[in-house]
Amino acid sequence: MRIDWNQYQPSGFYDELFAAPGQARPSAAELADYLASLGVRELAERQSDADRAIVEMGITFTVYTEGQNIDRAWPFDVIPRTIEAMEWARIESGLIQRLTALNRFIDDLYHERRVIKDGVVPDDIIATSANFLEACVGGHPAYGVWANICGTDLVRDRDGTVYVLEDNLRVPSGVSYMLENRMVTKQVFPEMFEHASILPVDDYASQLLDMLSSLSPRKIDFPRVVVLTPGIYNSAYFEHSYLAQRMGVDLVEGQDLCVADDECVYVRTIRGLERVDVVYRRINDTFLDPECFDKDSVLGVPGIMRAWRAGNVALANAPGAGVADDKVVYAYVPKIIEYYLGEKAILPNVPTLLLRDDDSRKRVLSDLSQWVVKPANESGGYGMLIGPRATDEEKAAMAVAVEANPRNYIAQPVLALSTAPTLVQGEIEPRHLDLRPFILQGRGVWVTPGGLTRVALRRGSLVVNSSQGGGSKDTWIVAVNR
Amino acid sequence: MSLLSRVAERLYWTARYLERAETTSRLARVYGNLMLDLPREAGLSWDVLVQITGGGDVYREMHPSPSVDTAERFFVADRNNPSSVRSSLALARESVRTTRDIVPSEAWRSINELCLWVTQELDAETSHRRRYGIHSRVVERCQQISGMLADTMSHDAAYQFFRLGRGIERADMTTRIIDVAAAMLLGRENLARFDNTLWMAVLQSLSAYQMYRQKVRRPIHGPDVIAYLLKDTQFPRAIAFSLREIGAALAMLPRSGDPIKKLGDLRRMLALRDLAELSIAGLHQWNDEAQLKLGELHALIQATWFRPSTTTLPAQAPAVPTQSPAMPTQSQSQSQTETPAAVGVQALGR
Repeated sequence: MRIDWNQYQPSGFYDELFAAPGQARPSAAELADYLASLGVRELAERQSDADRAIVEMGITFTVYTEGQNIDRAWPFDVIPRTIEAMEWARIESGLIQRLTALNRFIDDLYHERRVIKDGVVPDDIIATSANFLEACVGGHPAYGVWANICGTDLVRDRDGTVYVLEDNLRVPSGVSYMLENRMVTKQVFPEMFEHASILPVDDYASQLLDMLSSLSPRKIDFPRVVVLTPGIYNSAYFEHSYLAQRMGVDLVEGQDLCVADDECVYVRTIRGLERVDVVYRRINDTFLDPECFDKDSVLGVPGIMRAWRAGNVALANAPGAGVADDKVVYAYVPKIIEYYLGEKAILPNVPTLLLRDDDSRKRVLSDLSQWVVKPANESGGYGMLIGPRATDEEKAAMAVAVEANPRNYIAQPVLALSTAPTLVQGEIEPRHLDLRPFILQGRGVWVTPGGLTRVALRRGSLVVNSSQGGGSKDTWIVAVNR
Repeated sequence: MSLLSRVAERLYWTARYLERAETTSRLARVYGNLMLDLPREAGLSWDVLVQITGGGDVYREMHPSPSVDTAERFFVADRNNPSSVRSSLALARESVRTTRDIVPSEAWRSINELCLWVTQELDAETSHRRRYGIHSRVVERCQQISGMLADTMSHDAAYQFFRLGRGIERADMTTRIIDVAAAMLLGRENLARFDNTLWMAVLQSLSAYQMYRQKVRRPIHGPDVIAYLLKDTQFPRAIAFSLREIGAALAMLPRSGDPIKKLGDLRRMLALRDLAELSIAGLHQWNDEAQLKLGELHALIQATWFRPSTTTLPAQAPAVPTQSPAMPTQSQSQSQTETPAAVGVQALGR
């Protein structure tokens, strides 16, 4: 039986696919017709095809709380999320603008600190940032770019405005799921790709390799690039190995690398030690080098910071880049863009209150149920409070935490995240979602066409993080002929 | 770009685990049949298999009063037995999982599928008849995976490590299978009249029956079977053939001098005297020695390629002392990590 889209009710939220019940947006018109012709039952069958493919392809995501059970299949919804190419072009330029400015900002922080001297960002915010690393002061990454790979989270509010929710400049993950989602979608909806003009995403691995190679300190034709993973128990291990495989470079663990007396990094091979030029590291700053940071880290490579400071190896992202994805610094990003580029931010921030300000703190703590409160340095949705859904105990605990360390918290209004139709137990229902595009910056800047759409699979839930039980969708940038 | 030591190690172990799973399934299949063929008073039990494949100590600790059922389960399905079919496949899967960037993705898919299937099947309480089907499938799929790797991987260094692992495990398992028969015959005079049935079963467990018949055109006779399984250079599961495979793989790897020398010891053991004339006890002793030598070869492979104790910089790099301060800490952290390969090393100590 055909799907009757008139029955689909986004109930007051901005829906990505439907402007009104039965009325598909231009980017989704073809898709809506196509899905309607399939019918719900056929659609459910395609969903199980997709689920099976995902298990067999071994696409997994680790959830920390599950202990030994490291094989949770990546939850995937077959109905794609569409964005019109025209709108995407604007978002893309906003993302390029933002990362360009952030990299100027980081480079400035580790050198002249003009931005502080000029009073744009208060000194104490940087001084108290857990992600500002003294060991990186004076470092010279290639092109002055510290965050080479960035995953920026975008959300859309009720009125259709797209906001930047956060910048992930440390070790953002999810891009492999974006790529695999497309592979699975092509398998289950091959008909759609024959007709519609959907931008391809498969280019990512070669763009990434080109960018990484361009960072090599040795100017040679084929610099040796490696992906450094913390190992199989990391939640994103699948992605690490996937990217290494796609780029055709070695996936290494800390124990595979060493730093010799010449302050160069070497990899252990069956022929002996071989020089490494670029390390795409997927381990956090503080585990990177036990000589320099966490003494007990067995994941890192002793001496790699010496090699980096000596300019003998490129690390991507550069250590210390995380200083700009502190959620308190986030609040200053529009000003940072104006300061370095002399332009207004193309993509707005979500209005953000810094709880270090006494007035803001009083206002937020007096009615926590109105706010989303986030710790400044967590990622993956850990430690966050969603006011309207929190219990009194949770709110009380958050109030105590905020009072103990106000610098470490921000508050934002509860956004009415946009929705898209999602197949849930054989029914099509609206579910909230966000979007994480990935931006690469080396000599130039490049943005993935679309990104990873994450969807909160529970009804009404606003938490899309994969580590919190969210799922994902394929994202289509669709050129519409008008 | 040379192959990473760690990746070489995991490929090597992938091959060993796959081969171990396959041979263990072969043994279980044939042994199950044998128990049906031989009269009860022959006193066959699964304990012999558990003993021979090296899980005896763990088994006795877990099952103070063993029975047919516990022994079979331990041999096939027990997670605590590092050599059980289930554990071997799980370890193979972990090794491939951590070398997914090297191994063709179809092979990863097959191993993943097989592993999920076996776990599912073994968790369900199954009849003996069904068990037979499981083992056949394991054998079939392991061969398929091995064939797939041979046909879709470049036969570069990475593949040579796979081949090396398979050859060593195969030689080792063949000595153990011969040992199973020897152990059963030893001290069981009443079994003597089933002698032929037993040796036939041994041949079948290695899929060698047909090939043996073509080559040795005489009635089944113990010493002939032993000579064939040790010395035949044309049958893939015979020890002489496996040693050739190992030699061929070693010859294609850099810095292989020491392991090649050690392989020579094994070859001399095979050539030394008329092995078929050995008494059952002598045969058992020969097997023990061969396994010991294979273990030494393994240790040399490990020292040469996986965890070299000294590190030298490549020639074009500026000369530095080989013992840089960073090195000792590195090798320490290496031994602390619980990689699948590290688990494998323990599993070998049987």
